Amino acid sequence: MELLYTREHEWIKIDGTTGVIGLTEYAVRQLGDITFVELPEVGREVRQFQILSSIESVKAASDIYAPLSGRVTTVNEALDTHPEIINEDAEGNGWLAGIEISEPAGKKALMIREEYDEYLRGLP
Amino acid sequence: MELIFEKSVAGRRGVSLPDADLPRTTELPENLLRRKAAPLPELSELDLVRHFTNLSRRNFSIDTNFYPLGSCTMKYNPRILEDVAGLFAGFHPMIAQLPGGESYTQGTLGVIHELGALLCEITGMDEVTAQPLAGAHGEMTGIMIIAAWHRARGNKKRFVIVPDSSHGTNPASASMMGYEIVTIPTAPYGDMDLDLFKKAMNSEVAAVMMTCPNTLGLFNPHVREICAIAHAHDALMYYDGANLNAIMGKARPGDMGFDIIHLNLHKTFATPHGGGGPGSGPVAVKKGLIPFLPAPRLTKSSDGNYALEPHNPLSIGRMAGFYGNFGILARAYAYIIMLGREGLIRVSEQAVVNANYLKSSLKDYYDLPYDLPCMHECVFSAARQLQQGVHALDIAKFLIDRGFHPPTIYFPLIVKEAIMIEPTETESKSTLDAFIAVMKEAAELAAKHPEALLQSPEKMPVARLDETRAAREIKVCCPLL
Ligand SMILES: Cc1ncc(COP(=O)(O)O)c(C=O)c1O
Repeated sequence: MELLYTREHEWIKIDGTTGVIGLTEYAVRQLGDITFVELPEVGREVRQFQILSSIESVKAASDIYAPLSGRVTTVNEALDTHPEIINEDAEGNGWLAGIEISEPAGKKALMIREEYDEYLRGLP
Repeated sequence: MELIFEKSVAGRRGVSLPDADLPRTTELPENLLRRKAAPLPELSELDLVRHFTNLSRRNFSIDTNFYPLGSCTMKYNPRILEDVAGLFAGFHPMIAQLPGGESYTQGTLGVIHELGALLCEITGMDEVTAQPLAGAHGEMTGIMIIAAWHRARGNKKRFVIVPDSSHGTNPASASMMGYEIVTIPTAPYGDMDLDLFKKAMNSEVAAVMMTCPNTLGLFNPHVREICAIAHAHDALMYYDGANLNAIMGKARPGDMGFDIIHLNLHKTFATPHGGGGPGSGPVAVKKGLIPFLPAPRLTKSSDGNYALEPHNPLSIGRMAGFYGNFGILARAYAYIIMLGREGLIRVSEQAVVNANYLKSSLKDYYDLPYDLPCMHECVFSAARQLQQGVHALDIAKFLIDRGFHPPTIYFPLIVKEAIMIEPTETESKSTLDAFIAVMKEAAELAAKHPEALLQSPEKMPVARLDETRAAREIKVCCPLL
């Protein structure tokens, strides 16, 4: 099990060839109360750092990017009716989607927790 | 306040009609007839007048309060423009569309055409369509024209470039038309990062959409170079005219190198906004794009007659019924005529001076992430206040209690806790000073008694609304009795 982060504040928990994706607590704090989550379509092919889906909060609508390339296999349907789960538990029950990873080499472009924390310290 | 339905009293009437003295016959089929009377409110004329008068007294509008809503150009809407629009109220919009109908509507067609000619002069473009009904609708029209132009040239294009400071309607319009969006970050100097833009540019880019001055209120000094680079890749330059109020008579998008632009008449040209009236987002193009404009195209012949040109095979088709929101076009035309060339130049100068006055008066109290001379608006951040637990939203709510409409908050997205202030040219120095005093008071409260801001507004008909719940549990239907 490996947990990696993007500069756009997504996390991906990797188990063999599958990965579960979500937003970091930092990202969710910036967004404020989440009001709507657009879930990606199961079966869709996504490319690393391309748009996976989008999320709306009281402040803004933002895109969510795929940390790695792959095919969407599951989505967290509970978010459809209860987007607040993301505010309560962004890095656990608030996961967004699971993917079957097609290009594991993309991991090189992601950060481990220590690097991500360091990156956060550098942000304004 | 009670809903109008709750005020209803069975049998009460505003107008009494005499009984019909004709036999009650009906040619409508039985299944289309109502079985129960429509549940309309039953009120006297006086009940109704009071209901709407009281509602209007709760309105918070440009007619009642200073309204520095950034990016929206909430300037005063001169009353004389209402009189001008009223002159046309009797015309039926179908007339010009009937065979030979143009000869009965030369005046109205003339207003639309001459407004287009003036807008061309102001912006440095060659022809205008007045059909689009709002800025965002103009953007969609613009992207459709861009797509049609590329198709006609046999170009295969995939991408539209936008800076990350752009208004959401820019990427949304391009995305609706099937383009993939490439977002370019803003450099520390407050404009689209030129190096990253150059890297992102390639032969598959259909267009670059820019707002200039941008949503930080800053004028991009590289705009000509950006246009030249885009053109070298056979991409078109789109200008979002939301901020035209900053540059009238000083700079023209057409001269900067833009190919297609939209204007928001409800911003720059003093026509009503939002609930105050329908919008209007005319699109202006350079010569090469004229054949793709929406149909029917309005032309003026050499003998001075206006006509609606029949179908043109390259046109993207109709974007709206009739000719757009004619009443708004008439108001904007009157506004331009009324102010004239010198007047419009002074509008932009005064708008910029007012914004810089606010900026320099408040910069010790709020963070200013891009501290550069601004154009018609400036963007502060409540990051400092956030350390005391006070958000931009709390400051906005406090302003309402003090009689000011809040500035735009949380936009542009690249500024944390953004507070975007656009005073416009129509406010006096004393109004600006009163606003500045209240903004300072908010900053002082945030530093010393942050809890005092968290409860506001307290003096309004409704207290702090639960915006999160309103967005999560959307209820837009009101079941009628
Ligand atoms: C920068 C910018 N672009 C586009 C638009 C869209 O214009 P409209 O509201 O007329 O659709 C707005 C509106 O607020 C804006 O501020």
